[in-house]
Amino acid sequence: MHIQDILVKYEATPDKLLNILHDIQNQSEQSYISESDISALAKYLNTTKAAIYGVVEYYSMFSAQPRGKYVIRVCKSPICRMLGGQDMLNFIQSALNIPTNETDAEKLFTLEVSECLGHCDKAPVMMVNDELHVNLTPEKIDSILSQYRQNKTKKL
Amino acid sequence: MIETKIALKNAGKIAPDSLSEYESVGGLNAFRKALKMEPLDVLKSINESGLRGRGGAGFSAGLKGKFTDESMCRYCGQKYIICNADEGEPGTFKDRAIMENDPHLLIEGMLIAAWAIGATTGFIYIRGEYTDSIQKIQRALDNYYTEAWLGKTFDTDDEFKLDLEIRLGAGSYLCGEELTLIESLEGKRGYPRIKPPFPAQHGLWQKPTLVHNVETFAHMPFIIENGADMYRQYGTENSPGTKIFSISGDLNRPGNYETEMGVSLRELIEIAGGMKDDIPVKAILVGGAAGSFVSDEHLDISLCYDSMKKVGGVFGSGAIMVLNETRNLLDFMADIMEFFKHESCGKCIPCRVGTAQLALMAHEIKSLDKDAVYVRLQKMQSEAEYIAANSLCPLGASPIIPISSFNQHLKDKI
Repeated sequence: MHIQDILVKYEATPDKLLNILHDIQNQSEQSYISESDISALAKYLNTTKAAIYGVVEYYSMFSAQPRGKYVIRVCKSPICRMLGGQDMLNFIQSALNIPTNETDAEKLFTLEVSECLGHCDKAPVMMVNDELHVNLTPEKIDSILSQYRQNKTKKL
Repeated sequence: MIETKIALKNAGKIAPDSLSEYESVGGLNAFRKALKMEPLDVLKSINESGLRGRGGAGFSAGLKGKFTDESMCRYCGQKYIICNADEGEPGTFKDRAIMENDPHLLIEGMLIAAWAIGATTGFIYIRGEYTDSIQKIQRALDNYYTEAWLGKTFDTDDEFKLDLEIRLGAGSYLCGEELTLIESLEGKRGYPRIKPPFPAQHGLWQKPTLVHNVETFAHMPFIIENGADMYRQYGTENSPGTKIFSISGDLNRPGNYETEMGVSLRELIEIAGGMKDDIPVKAILVGGAAGSFVSDEHLDISLCYDSMKKVGGVFGSGAIMVLNETRNLLDFMADIMEFFKHESCGKCIPCRVGTAQLALMAHEIKSLDKDAVYVRLQKMQSEAEYIAANSLCPLGASPIIPISSFNQHLKDKI
């Protein structure tokens, strides 16, 4: 979707900024907010590029750098880690052959960690884009990753 | 003690996307009643109920409403109402339970509070990761608009009308603090503001603003419908009502459980199905990362705002993280310190540098022998005291809480 098609859905008031940034990032095939998006948004909200960029960089969910189509966020809250979260993270690192905060060669997955995702009763958990996956095991992760691989053409 | 439900009374019993099902179990009776009452009487009722903010700080919800009401007359200008649904305290997932299971209840609570103070515009600030909550709340807002409860002018002296919209967070713990949330809502980085002034005087766009946690709003329909006295029959003298506890860790049935205030840790563990594999408790972290550690000797503490003070702790958000005897406490502590390091916004240097130092020290002590660990833990405590004394917002004041309670209660269990 073109940036102007996104902007037109929102009133040009500063309180809409985070909602707009989410929208832009969710529509982006590379799950990020580009410099040209930031320019267009600054113009639309009548503010500076620096102000927008500062917001993008401040919030952990946003990225100003291109990422994979699917952003994996493994919860690293104390409970998730205690109940196997670190092992799951290690498992994904070797399954995708990338360290945390990197994107795989196919540009399909970016691996990140997140603070508490609020599902501690089903630990360990992770999110892939907007989808939550709970009670993780290596077998479960294998099947989750292959499902996303099969959906390569479609952004969920 | 068994579960007693106010905020979760409809959870699992009605379809969360149906306003008519919500009304079929008595939904909106309270708001209808409130509209027939004087706004001041609504405020008075909330004040008399003794309801305290369920986000963690436990400030009187009645007083907060009163201050916002009094800071500007009803006809003198714009007031705002905000629901803080930026649930990010590690171990806490209670607001999610309300939003996903009974979103109409939360919005009815906001209608009541908005009517009481004369706020005509409001926002529900939901953390960006809570996809399901966002969808459920949006659907509930649509229902209220379709049925003309929102966006409609009521037949009252001041032609009261409320508009509500969702605003999304984007992964910043600090934005769960009310003034930082307001900064974020204004489209800025989540840096804390200096208080005072409080939101009641200068909140969103510098206008009087009432900010409550999801669970706090969810109690208001019960209070208005049944009266403050009835509400006070639940819980304790200084902590009336019920509370949702988010119980996680080494238990058979971790999850959200709502009980009266004053429940003991032992009872909560029982409600959550007891310890997994019958391995005994070693430690419990009460209230989230910014919460207090207690040991297996404290299982009979009654949980309320006052009793936790007696063991040098805080009550917090209702997170109960249970660790069994096999768990490594220093690993757990290091994860908590990593959390503060990541979430420090960097505005105040003592917090920015200090939380990084604490995380470093917490990792270092994992490989030391016991005596050296004790010395380093003491050092961490004095560092954390320094950070707390020299930082602007509650985040800087937080690391000291788990560290000092750890030193007080768990030193012998490392």
